[in-house]
Amino acid sequence: MNSVAVYSPWRDFWEHSLVGPLRVIYRNKRAFAGMLILLGFLFMATIGPEIVELDPEYHYAERFRPPSLEHPLGTDYVGRDVFAQLVHGSRDVLSIAFLAAFFTILIAIAIGMLSGLQGGMVDVALMLVTNAVLTIPSFPVMLIFAAVLRVRDPISLAFILSIWAWGGLARAIRSQILSLKEREFIEAARLLDLSTYHIIRNELLPNVMPFIAINFLTLMRNAITASVGLMFLGLIPFSAANWGMMLNLATFQSGAIYLPQGIYYVMAPMMAIILFQLGAVFFAHGLDEVLDPRLREG
Amino acid sequence: MLGTLKRVAIAIFTLFLVMTVTFFLIHQTPGDVIQEMAALYAQQYGVSIEEGTRIATSFYGYNLDEPLWAQYLDYVGRLLKGELGYSLIYRVSVNQVIVKALPWTVFVLSISLLLSFSLGMIMGVTIAWKRKTILDPLVTAYASFTGATPDYITALVLLIIFAIRLHWFPTKGAYDSALKPAFNWPFIKSVLHHAVLPIVAYTFENTAAWALAMKGSAVSVLGEDYITAARARGLKERRIMFNYMGRNAILPMVTGLAIALGGMLGGSALIETIFNYPGVGWFFTNAVNRRDYGMMQGLFLLTAAAVIFANLVADLLYSVLDPRIKLEE
Repeated sequence: MNSVAVYSPWRDFWEHSLVGPLRVIYRNKRAFAGMLILLGFLFMATIGPEIVELDPEYHYAERFRPPSLEHPLGTDYVGRDVFAQLVHGSRDVLSIAFLAAFFTILIAIAIGMLSGLQGGMVDVALMLVTNAVLTIPSFPVMLIFAAVLRVRDPISLAFILSIWAWGGLARAIRSQILSLKEREFIEAARLLDLSTYHIIRNELLPNVMPFIAINFLTLMRNAITASVGLMFLGLIPFSAANWGMMLNLATFQSGAIYLPQGIYYVMAPMMAIILFQLGAVFFAHGLDEVLDPRLREG
Repeated sequence: MLGTLKRVAIAIFTLFLVMTVTFFLIHQTPGDVIQEMAALYAQQYGVSIEEGTRIATSFYGYNLDEPLWAQYLDYVGRLLKGELGYSLIYRVSVNQVIVKALPWTVFVLSISLLLSFSLGMIMGVTIAWKRKTILDPLVTAYASFTGATPDYITALVLLIIFAIRLHWFPTKGAYDSALKPAFNWPFIKSVLHHAVLPIVAYTFENTAAWALAMKGSAVSVLGEDYITAARARGLKERRIMFNYMGRNAILPMVTGLAIALGGMLGGSALIETIFNYPGVGWFFTNAVNRRDYGMMQGLFLLTAAAVIFANLVADLLYSVLDPRIKLEE
C-alpha cells in the first residue's frame, strides 16, 4: 500500500456535501433567503446577548410602551425592553434546540446502526420500541417527562425533547444501513478484515451523514416548537428570557393579551418563532434541491 | 390471517410497554407519588403528614410498604377492571373525569378533522388536476405557512383577535355556564358558539397538510390507464377528477384519517388550554401543572390506547380497502 490512495471519505463529505451545496443554495432565491434568516438568528443568539443588555429591573411607569428608538419592540408589563428579552431568549431557545437535535441524532444513529448491523432479535426488539415511539404522540410524553424529571436546566430539557423524537430518523438510518451493507465497498472492507469500528466510522457514517445533516434542521424546528410549547404552558419555568416564557407571561400571568397596548409584547415572540421556522423551511427546500438535482430549475 | 394476528399482538405489546414504562417512571420520581401527595394534602387540608399518607394510600388503593412489583400488579389488576386511577386534586376517579371531558374533545376534534380532511381532499385533487393554475402555488404557500406556525400560535392569535378584541366568541368553557345542559336550542347554540374557535384553529392548521398529501397521491394516479381511458371516452372533467382520480387517490388518505382520529387526544393539550376548553387535553395539562400523577397516568394511558388502537385499525383497514395490498406476514 503506498500513498496513492488519498481518497478520504471525510474530505469527500466536505467537498460534495458542504461546499457544492452552498453554490446551489446561493442560486435558489428562496433557499438563500432562508439561509440569511437562519444566519440572522445565529448572529442574534451568539453575538446578540453581548451587544444588547437585558435590564431585569421593573419600570412601572414605562409599561406596555409601543415601539420606539429606545425600545425597538416596545416594553412588557413591567416596563422591560421586549427586544432585549427576545435577543437573550434566542440564545436560550436555539441552544436548547441545537442540543435536542444533537441528542436525537446520537440516539437515532445508535439505534439505527445497531438495528441495521446486528439484525436478528436485536433488530426485532429495537424496531418494536421504535414503532412504539413513532405511534405514541410526543407532546403528551414530553409533558409526563417534564412533570416527573423536574427540568431545571437546558441540558435536561434538551434530553426530554429528544427522548421521543428519534423514531423516524432511527428507522431511516436502519434502512440505509441495510442497503449499504449489501454494497460492494462494504463487502470489500469486510474481506479486508477491517474492524466493525472502522467500517462504521469510515464507510457507513460518511454515507448517512448528508441525510442526517438535512434532518438536523427539521429536528431543531420540532424541538423549538415543542420547547416553546412546554414553556408556554408554564411547565418548566427555569428561564425568564425564553420565548415560551415570554408567551406564558403574556398570556397566562400578566394579562397582556387582554390589553390593546400589550400587542407588541405578545406578537414579538410569536413572530420570532414563525420567522425562524419559515427560514428553516425555505432553507430545507434548497437542501432538497442539493440532494435531488432533478428538482433544480433551468 | 397471520398478518392480522401479528398486528394485534404488536398493538397489545405496545400498550403493555407504555403502561409499564409510565408506571415505573412515575413511581421512580424523586419523592414517590404518594409521599408527594401526602405532603400536598397536609399542606392543603391542614392534616398531619401521616394522615395525608393514609389518605393518599387509600386513594391509590395500594400500600406503600408493599414492594414495587406488588404495587405494579395491583395497578395492572385495576386497569384490567377498567379503572384508570384516581385524581387527588379533584378527589374523583380518572374515569369520572374522562366521562366529563372526553365528549368535548371528541366533539371538537372529530368535526375539525373531518372538516380539514374534506377541504384538504378537494384542494389536493384540484391542484393535482389543474397544475398550471394559481391555486397550486397558493396552497403550497399556505402549507409552508401552517407548517412554520405551531398550532398554539394560530390558536393564540385567533383567541386575541376574535375572542378578546372583537368579542365575537367566548374566551373560555364549552358552553355558557348560566345555561343548564339540556337538549334545547339555546344550549346547542351556546355549545356551537364555544366550539367555533378551537375548530377553526385545528382546521386552519391541518388542511394544508392533507391537501399536499392528497396532491401527491392524486398525481401518482394521474398517469394510470383508466384516467387516459376516461378522457378518451370524453367524460366530463369534474367526473374524471373526483370519481376516477379522487376515489383512487383517497385510499391511502383514509388510513391517515383513521390514525389522525386516534391521535386527536394527544394533540389537544395546547389548544384546549389556550381556549380554556374543558376537554381531555385541558385536564391533562392541568394535571401536569399541579403534579396530579394519578390523573396524568390515567389520561396518558387513554391517549396512548386510542392511538395504538387507531393505528391497528388503519393497518387492517388498508388491506381491506385496497385488495392489492396484502399484509406482510
